[in-house]
Amino acid sequence: MTPSREISVTVNGERVTVRVEPRKSLVDFLREDIGLTGSHVGCEQGVCGACTVRLNGAIVRGCLTLAVQADGAEVWTIEGVSDSGEIAALQQAFLARNALQCGFCTPAMLLTAAALLKENPAPTRPEIREYLSGNFCRCTGYQAIVDAVESAASDMTGAGS
Amino acid sequence: MTDKSPLSIHDLPNSYIGRSVPRPNTRRLAEGRGAFTDDLTLARMAHVAFVRSPHAHAEIKSIDVSPAEKSPGVIRIVAGEEMARHCTPWVGVLTHLKGLKSAPQYALAVGRVRWQGEPVVAVVARTRAAAEDAAALVEVSYEPLEPVVDMETALDPSTPVLHPELGDNLAFERIVDAGDVDAAFAEADFVADEVLHFGRHTGVTLEPRVLVADYNPGAGKLTVHMSTQAPHMMKNIFATHTGIDEDDVRVICKDVGGSFGIKIHTYPDDMAAVALSVMLKRPVKFVADRLESFVSDIHARDHRVKAKIAVRGGRITAIEIDDLTGIGPYSVYPRTSAVECNQVLNLVGGPYDFANYRAVGRVVLQNKNIMCQYRAVGHPVAFGVTEALVDSAARAADMDPAELRRNSLVPDDAYPYTGASGIRFEALSHQKSFEKMLQLMDYEGLRAEQARLRENGVYRGIGLAAMIEVTNPSPMFYGVGGAHISARDGVTIRLDPTGGVTCATGVTEQGQGTEAMIAQIAASAIGVPLEKVRVVTGDTETTPYGGGTWASRGAGIAGEAALQAGRALRGNILAVAAAMLQAEADTLDIRNAAVVDTDSGSERITLADLGKTVYFRGNELPDGVSPELVATRHYSPRQYPFAFTNGVQACWLEVDPDSGFVQLLDFWVVEDCGTVINPQLVDEQIRGGVVQGIGAALYEHCLYDDQGNMRNATMADYLVPMATEMPDITIEHLETPTAESVLGAKGVGEAGTAGAPAAVFNAINDAIGVLGGKITAIPATPESILKALGKV
Repeated sequence: MTPSREISVTVNGERVTVRVEPRKSLVDFLREDIGLTGSHVGCEQGVCGACTVRLNGAIVRGCLTLAVQADGAEVWTIEGVSDSGEIAALQQAFLARNALQCGFCTPAMLLTAAALLKENPAPTRPEIREYLSGNFCRCTGYQAIVDAVESAASDMTGAGS
Repeated sequence: MTDKSPLSIHDLPNSYIGRSVPRPNTRRLAEGRGAFTDDLTLARMAHVAFVRSPHAHAEIKSIDVSPAEKSPGVIRIVAGEEMARHCTPWVGVLTHLKGLKSAPQYALAVGRVRWQGEPVVAVVARTRAAAEDAAALVEVSYEPLEPVVDMETALDPSTPVLHPELGDNLAFERIVDAGDVDAAFAEADFVADEVLHFGRHTGVTLEPRVLVADYNPGAGKLTVHMSTQAPHMMKNIFATHTGIDEDDVRVICKDVGGSFGIKIHTYPDDMAAVALSVMLKRPVKFVADRLESFVSDIHARDHRVKAKIAVRGGRITAIEIDDLTGIGPYSVYPRTSAVECNQVLNLVGGPYDFANYRAVGRVVLQNKNIMCQYRAVGHPVAFGVTEALVDSAARAADMDPAELRRNSLVPDDAYPYTGASGIRFEALSHQKSFEKMLQLMDYEGLRAEQARLRENGVYRGIGLAAMIEVTNPSPMFYGVGGAHISARDGVTIRLDPTGGVTCATGVTEQGQGTEAMIAQIAASAIGVPLEKVRVVTGDTETTPYGGGTWASRGAGIAGEAALQAGRALRGNILAVAAAMLQAEADTLDIRNAAVVDTDSGSERITLADLGKTVYFRGNELPDGVSPELVATRHYSPRQYPFAFTNGVQACWLEVDPDSGFVQLLDFWVVEDCGTVINPQLVDEQIRGGVVQGIGAALYEHCLYDDQGNMRNATMADYLVPMATEMPDITIEHLETPTAESVLGAKGVGEAGTAGAPAAVFNAINDAIGVLGGKITAIPATPESILKALGKV
């Protein structure tokens, strides 16, 4: 086994220094080493999107990124952006529209939707569907999620009625 | 005396029935503060990984664990014989499925492996990574045997028998023969036939199966934290096969990341993990990874159906089917793997009024992953067959397929009605639903548009599917056959001195909105604002004994129990209030968490004040008053085996004849699930169900090679619907409540999945028929469509 290595990561604004095995994924580090269980593990091969977190400002697959790659980086998870209130409008739209059922895909779906709205504050429905296609949801059939993102965008840009 | 009968549950001043209120448990999920089982860490918790069979069929010649035992962090390595001493095998049969046979199934394979993915050796270590490292060092030597892969030849005399003690590979056979089928076909104006294939697929819950078993020898108790749909059933199974007294077993289920029928069965790896906790006297966690999920979660469908339909006088007069399904090497315990075939036989032709029906169903054993009940058990096959036949018959008769349906649906005034297969319907609304659908989708307009576009080389199709859904199952589903699966469910509701109301129920939450539904009904029945109600689910120690959430039973069964418990508690509260206020109970009502005069509405005492008096200052109560601020009621349907619902689904899509790609353009559902408690949650159940049905129709397929290896056991290779491919889905409702309960609710969890594959299938054939193409199997991949068009 390769010896573990010390890494320092700023997670949700808090500096964390721990030793991890070089093979450990970022999402396993977040879940197992620092107890941030809001990021989920669905496929461990970068397909389902449930492990999506923000690394140095961009969303990444937490299962395809190694924890050691995050050494010196800034990571934001669903817990951090919830506490900061950054995605409150999006979360409120999800609740109002029942855009989550089991909730397993939801933290990652929200982080992805937030990234979309940052890039494109007024996306069309096809644009929303396209952007979210890397995040699987088995419960909702997606329509409620698209509705919620559309409604949050409209509220945030003041274009809503 | 004036009529003092209480207002019905539907028109109370503060009724939440029929209102789209938000679910109480979604905010924490949206903030990443869920409590999924894998989030749980216990002191001294070990992790198990499994060595699984790489062969579909083989003798285990030897197992060498010595290199693995030296791997860092290993705690214990266990193989089949040793495991069998701690976890007894099980057999998935039920007495009411006459003739069903299966063989004992062990937690870890003993002697022979019978599917690729079957667990063979369990490796327990301090971390999952350490367990996997060691598992890779376990050396199992196998002697491969000829695998039984093709269900079509599973019964041939030359095919090996999976379990020699069973004599053959036939697990179950059923024959239905009603009316005079031969005469009906002989007298038919038109006959059409089909041979249809329904691909094997699986649930792909985004959260894989997971449990943490925690045996505490000091207390003599086994606690299993588990992502499951049926905590009480699992409690019984863990006790039965580990030998621990059932009363000392507790199953706790918090958030469940998708279930769809996957998390309701007895899995050998789950059983091994629980037994290992007992053996090691410490907590053991098992989380399936995605590869393990694909080769060990139950699969579903995989039916080949030969079918024939007779039409006379513009109406359906007879249907005949021959259904064959392969279920893997074992009938799954305790629900059995004969149920899907049984349902297909029950449900074929279900929406239509005809008397002549013959069906043969055969369930065969094979060396593929186990198969059992997944969302909409049997329904997509039954309506896939029925609706394909109806469209074929319409083509043969040169009728509009809508017209043949209109002529043949069970009339709305025919109830109670018994279908050709013997299934009994209390009251349905096929005709009204169908007419509503034609209007909703603008059927005539679409037909005109379709014709217009064809002239421009654009091929669009309309698919119609009438359907019924089995909901609110009675004891006739499982209990009658000997399974320890509760058909009853209960709700206990208590009023605390805060004025808060807590409901505990045996049904479980997997995102459907169970907890919201129970809260809405309880709040309405008692007369309190929704914010005052808390709901507790998923703990065998703190909730009433019950069946859990499956077969669309939560709202119809536990909902009725909540209504009755809420009414009982309301009666108890009013009795105390009457004594305290020196009033007649029948002049008082509860509104907005306060006891009021029924006539004037003026407040007499808040429930919080009443509660404080009862709990803290009981000395103020008149003599003889014995308040009970808690009530429990249970409910189980008895009059009908199931409360059937009905609906119609329709699909509008475009096929590109050059690429074979299908673009879904529109999808409509008209659904009658009786009393709707929360319209938003009902619609979202339907939408999610439709999309799973679309997955079955277009993408999802467990592909096997001729040696029984699953070829696409990854999420990259097994396709599920993604956001970009899915249409928006328009839903309308009719409400025909069941008269068996006061609430009148039926289930809706499976309707979408039940009807969508048929609608998509028919729409594809409607689009490509004009080009001479016809598909006969789902999933309808671009390749299969190009083949149907003779292009590849």
